[in-house]
Amino acid sequence: MSVTPELSPQPSDVARYVDEAAPLLGLRIPPECREGVTRNLAGLLAAGAFLGDFPVGDTETAPVFEP
Amino acid sequence: MPADALGIAADIRARRVTAREVTARALERIRARDRSLNCFTAVLPESALRDAESVDASLAAGREPGPLAGVPFAVKNLFDVAGLTTLAGSKINAERPQATCDATVVARLRGAGAVLLGALNMDEYAFGFATENSHYGPTRNPHDPARVSGGSSGGSGAAVAAGLVPLALGSDTNGSIRVPAALCGIFGLKPTYGRLSRAGAALFGISFDHVGPLTTSVRDLATAYDVMQGPDAADPVCADRPTEACLPRLEEGIGDLRMAVADGHFASRGEPEVFAAVERVAKALGAVRRVTIPENDRARAAATIITASEGASLHMDDLKSRPLDFDPMTRDRFLAGALVPAALYVRAQRFRAWYRERVRETFREVDVLLAPTTPFPAPRIGQDTITVAGDHVPTRPTLGLYTQPLSFIGLPVISVPVAGAGPLPLGVQLVAAPWNEAALFRIAAVLERAGVAAAHIAG
Repeated sequence: MSVTPELSPQPSDVARYVDEAAPLLGLRIPPECREGVTRNLAGLLAAGAFLGDFPVGDTETAPVFEP
Repeated sequence: MPADALGIAADIRARRVTAREVTARALERIRARDRSLNCFTAVLPESALRDAESVDASLAAGREPGPLAGVPFAVKNLFDVAGLTTLAGSKINAERPQATCDATVVARLRGAGAVLLGALNMDEYAFGFATENSHYGPTRNPHDPARVSGGSSGGSGAAVAAGLVPLALGSDTNGSIRVPAALCGIFGLKPTYGRLSRAGAALFGISFDHVGPLTTSVRDLATAYDVMQGPDAADPVCADRPTEACLPRLEEGIGDLRMAVADGHFASRGEPEVFAAVERVAKALGAVRRVTIPENDRARAAATIITASEGASLHMDDLKSRPLDFDPMTRDRFLAGALVPAALYVRAQRFRAWYRERVRETFREVDVLLAPTTPFPAPRIGQDTITVAGDHVPTRPTLGLYTQPLSFIGLPVISVPVAGAGPLPLGVQLVAAPWNEAALFRIAAVLERAGVAAAHIAG
């Protein structure tokens, strides 16, 4: 996957998001994992930004649920 | 070269050898070679010999033992096997109780007479392309033990390529059957999403998880696939479709099939020998047309978001309570997946529907596409980065460059090993529209008969 650098969030912003959001979800990020989690989440957020500007029209994606 | 599964079954049926003798020899091969290769996490000599004796007894009594009578096989350790704890490559799951019954596809292979020899190594929770498992050690490539076997079904690929068993089961979420099949030089099938039951298989990315066989011949691949097909009330994703047998269709030829080479994304960012292998297959098939599928990088981006989110969701309790018990190779990626905003996940699913429509348009014009399986042959164990086509890239995720967009929308794919591709094995993907596995088998059989596709067994 090649994501253009301008779509990548600032590492310091991602690190702050990890520090703030993880406890709210009940996750304790071990200190030795913080850098790796931040790097991987930055990649996922950049992937999301890469999708964000792409027009998919009114594509319907509701899960099919049979009661 | 060892016989393929159907060759073994024919010898057993003709009483040239007993199933017990075949099983005992396979167990001896495992004892002799697996210490260095590390394919197996559990070997089941007692139950295997007992099952083999049962096949021999059936034959002696004149009963039909099934098309895979006495054929040794093994399964990635995410499939439930009655009496074994389903590890899914993890230390955490080793604390769980033993499975009480076999996964549906394991039961169906056993019902066809195949003899289960054990469970095979994999990346933890299937989150990887290399089978460099920190808990159970890396599985080594039988063609060069300094190199990876591919993943996440690396134990499956290596066990078949080393001639330890002629048939193994794997699972494929983003390429985890096709990558090890290619790097180990064997055949691998990822069927259409929903074709084969996932009941009793530990899931990873529920939107993309598939199960399928790895073998040394096309006829074995078809036979295993045929006996595993059919609806399964235990799996809500398994389609309510009748079996569409492919073994009887291997001699049909390919005169009516429209074939094309996928260009663009699938013809760039790989080593020259990878594209030479595709051209060799295309030439053998007379496929001269080129087609372009759009937005494959976005397909990979979306697949990555969905996989990380769904995988983390499945393991959320353990991520909260014991993150340091995860494999360091997967842990940070799972934790990051747990923090993905839901809006990104939904956006990725919307893109998936858009991309599926574009690919459907392509399959109105062609029946089968050809694409490389991996952008380079097996890298070294522990190799974090690699230079490919002049770019310095992370090794492990790049192995899925050409497989990930296709499993993203559930297309059926066979990875065929290309004969003489280079010093290390390489694979080419045959890709069809959903539910058209039969076309893939017919093409793979033509390539095998022509000597263009051939398994490389490291004896």
